[in-house]
Amino acid sequence: MHELSLTQNLVAIAEEHARKAGAVVIRSITLEVGELSGAIPEALEFAFDVCSKGTLAEGAVLTIRRVPGHGRCAVCAAETACHELSAVCPACGALGFELATGTELRLLELEID
Amino acid sequence: MCINCGCAPTEGAHNHHHHDHDHGARTLRIEEDLLAKNDRLAAGNRAQFAAAGVFVLNLVSSPGSGKTTLLERTLRELGTKWRFAVLEGDQQTSLDADRIAAPGVPVRQINTGAGCHLDAHMVGHGVENFDLPGTDLLLIENVGNLVCPASFDLGEDHKVALLSVTEGEDKPLKYPQMFRAAALMIITKTDLLPYVDFDVERCKAFARQVNPKIEILELSCRSGEGLAEWYGWLEEGVKRKQEPRAESQE
Repeated sequence: MHELSLTQNLVAIAEEHARKAGAVVIRSITLEVGELSGAIPEALEFAFDVCSKGTLAEGAVLTIRRVPGHGRCAVCAAETACHELSAVCPACGALGFELATGTELRLLELEID
Repeated sequence: MCINCGCAPTEGAHNHHHHDHDHGARTLRIEEDLLAKNDRLAAGNRAQFAAAGVFVLNLVSSPGSGKTTLLERTLRELGTKWRFAVLEGDQQTSLDADRIAAPGVPVRQINTGAGCHLDAHMVGHGVENFDLPGTDLLLIENVGNLVCPASFDLGEDHKVALLSVTEGEDKPLKYPQMFRAAALMIITKTDLLPYVDFDVERCKAFARQVNPKIEILELSCRSGEGLAEWYGWLEEGVKRKQEPRAESQE
């Protein structure tokens, strides 16, 4: 359940940027969540309702963009999708797979008023 | 794109009522990592530990893998050789801190309450009363949990993941985040191997599948088997951490 801490961070970062920009309300938040980030989007959404209460982000639309796991094998040079955190290359089976995307946990964009 | 405020349309529900009037609606591009604040605080901790020459380990495992027992035994046998400090993380009670309590070793309990992991902020405050320059080794026992502590950098030199032979040998595959983040995996309670179906070699292979660089030790705090290798690993880390300081003092 570290989604709760992550979401608290999310709201804090969003509020900080919104205040700096002179906003009175945050309309929407766009978040990037990698499929191998270890965070569950549904749990983030659930936590967001709780964590945003009484903040500038209360009632904001939370949009989560899921980023698929993708990487490259240092042994066979294949560039492939990857749905598990593993160094085993899905193409050749060697221990050389390096993830390029899929571990993101990033606040991308805010829509403010 | 919305012609009023230039905001990009979002997927799914989109709140359009604010487009009906003159307003200051706008879109801010942020691109900030959700763990950025923790990472900043962890970098601060790390700099503080480096300046003091303290070798810092973050011990992680599921509950009951033997973190506290390993700490007890290590302090008992090396407590006069090196100056230790210990941070104990648990949701509640000071039972572990009481257990660890050894003469001359500062121990501080951090209760995370509902929290399932330690973070860099808690650790920064946790070490406030420690004499860091007078410490060789800081051992942080994280909350027993193989999931959440993986994501939170505390400023340690290494995460050390414990896995006891009474657990499944496939844990590195089931909880890859943790075994990827760890520099060392310790297979504990090896004295119980004759009584359980735990295939050590398979376990090691699984750990290397998720983290080819992981170092692996096997030990039993009960029989003492493998402890010498663990102490050797610690000694190497302590020496490496103190080298830059020794050089600068010459």
